[in-house]
Amino acid sequence: MRARLHNSIWGVVAWIAGIIFVFPVIWMVLTSFKQENVAATNPPSWFFAPTLAQYTQVFDRNITPFLLNSLMASVFSTILVVLLATPAAYALSLRPVAKWSDSLFFFISTKMMPAVAAFLPVYLLVKHLGMLDNIWTMVILYTSMNLPLAVWMMRSFLLEVPREVLEAGEVDGAGLLTSIRKIILPIVSPGLAATALICFIFAWNEFFLAVNLTATASGTSPIFLVGFISSEGAFLARLCAAATIVSLPVLIAGWVAQNKLVRGLSMGAVK
Amino acid sequence: MTVTVARPDRRTQPPVRPTKGGAKDRWVRRAPLLPALIFAIIVTQVPFLYTIYLSTTSWNALRPGDKPFVGFDNYVTVLSDSRLRSALVNTVVLTAGAVIFSLILGLLFALLLDRKFLGRGIVRTMLITPFLVMPIAAALLWKHALFNPTYGLINGVFGGSTDWVSSYPKAAVITTLVWQWTPFMMLILLAGLQSQSHEVLEAAKVDGANAWQIFRRMTIPHLRQYLELGALLGSIYLVNTFDAIFSITQGGPGTATTNLPYEIYLTMFRKFEYGEASAAGVIVVILTIIVATFALRVISSLFKMEENR
Repeated sequence: MRARLHNSIWGVVAWIAGIIFVFPVIWMVLTSFKQENVAATNPPSWFFAPTLAQYTQVFDRNITPFLLNSLMASVFSTILVVLLATPAAYALSLRPVAKWSDSLFFFISTKMMPAVAAFLPVYLLVKHLGMLDNIWTMVILYTSMNLPLAVWMMRSFLLEVPREVLEAGEVDGAGLLTSIRKIILPIVSPGLAATALICFIFAWNEFFLAVNLTATASGTSPIFLVGFISSEGAFLARLCAAATIVSLPVLIAGWVAQNKLVRGLSMGAVK
Repeated sequence: MTVTVARPDRRTQPPVRPTKGGAKDRWVRRAPLLPALIFAIIVTQVPFLYTIYLSTTSWNALRPGDKPFVGFDNYVTVLSDSRLRSALVNTVVLTAGAVIFSLILGLLFALLLDRKFLGRGIVRTMLITPFLVMPIAAALLWKHALFNPTYGLINGVFGGSTDWVSSYPKAAVITTLVWQWTPFMMLILLAGLQSQSHEVLEAAKVDGANAWQIFRRMTIPHLRQYLELGALLGSIYLVNTFDAIFSITQGGPGTATTNLPYEIYLTMFRKFEYGEASAAGVIVVILTIIVATFALRVISSLFKMEENR
């Protein structure tokens, strides 16, 4: 009885902490439904007549191409990452190559290199090839950015395939392709989905490469927000509408897959 | 998790079978790895080698065609430049501040979520949300909707007319980063808490240990590796902070919040000093390797821990 009371008190504390913590996001969404003059009042206005005017405005200012560019860069790089990382993870887990741990640590070490340190040569090469402001440049760079993470994640999922089952399959005469299709894929497909999702999130949110390598033709969603950095005049509600729109895909994806997030973020080391 | 416990050796140590069949078998094993490996080497290692080369030339993009070899001159310039030293200090302060505060908050939230209560799933979702908001959107949200001196929510709720970003630029950036990174720490620490053996905790309770003793003597030592992992991975990500600086303070006022990535960006795209920017980049990599070495050691020790379970 006492323990239960104890737990419910801590439950209330947790609820309060959660609400305070998420409040800036709630405020962002609330503000996005205000008129500009209502958004910029002091004290803040809690009750107001909601309007979709800001969302209309943002779409009138052509956010759509930015969203499509982001979608394209994120989806294609995610597909490429999965295609490269899954076989690599297989070679580092179920039928490991001789120096599997060295390769594994090599991949992760590339993730630890600050982007700015290798960026200049990439920029010069991209410029030389005439591929500035090109979405395929972003696809390739996002692929290399997410590859190590994906290799580590996929490896940790592949290690969960029971080896007994694989061996039994082999004894029964299943070839490599059959065992991939009938045994491995069904077991790792939730992990594959989680890996893809995390790569998508990182590509969608990426800013540094996008701001330096893209412009009008292939600007991604974060670039749409750059215009708000030193805006003048009334723009808060519009900023909140734009911020809500660009954040929404990742918010939804992350809420759905929150159980898997931790594993991806800690690169498969912690479950 | 059950799979892990049942077969610890296989989870952590894929047996490297003797290479029967010789060279051909080795290539069959290697083939799936090669595309990813070659891709990673071409896209990350080759540019970095070129960065090292550039760091030994005196190249300003405003003087095209002229790239004399200058040896370590750029490194001397960079290391004796007061701007760069202040950027280094700022990087350490911003990274350490953000990591420490988000780790503490993350631990508190993880402890709360480790208990059973009504709506735990909803609270967890709320606590994860800041991490999912696009970083530059989060930075602009804090700058304009919360920190703004005239209509910002913070002054609106607590009164006053403080211009948070210009009066406390470092604190403003750190607050935004802590808000975004606490969920990351929380998720890792929650995974750590939930991997604690309940039998051992029960046994401690039966032996008369109180909650604080259990926390102090058992939970914290158990969490140590998870705390280390969170701190190191957080540092590796946060050392690269660019979005928040770019959008909240633009490195200012003065150079109060200019960190290394932002300073290198300025050297590259405002001053066009490619040689100096490259030297600064190499120095950042060396510093990161030091942190990363510790990170890898922690990850390896987690591997070993699972092995011994």
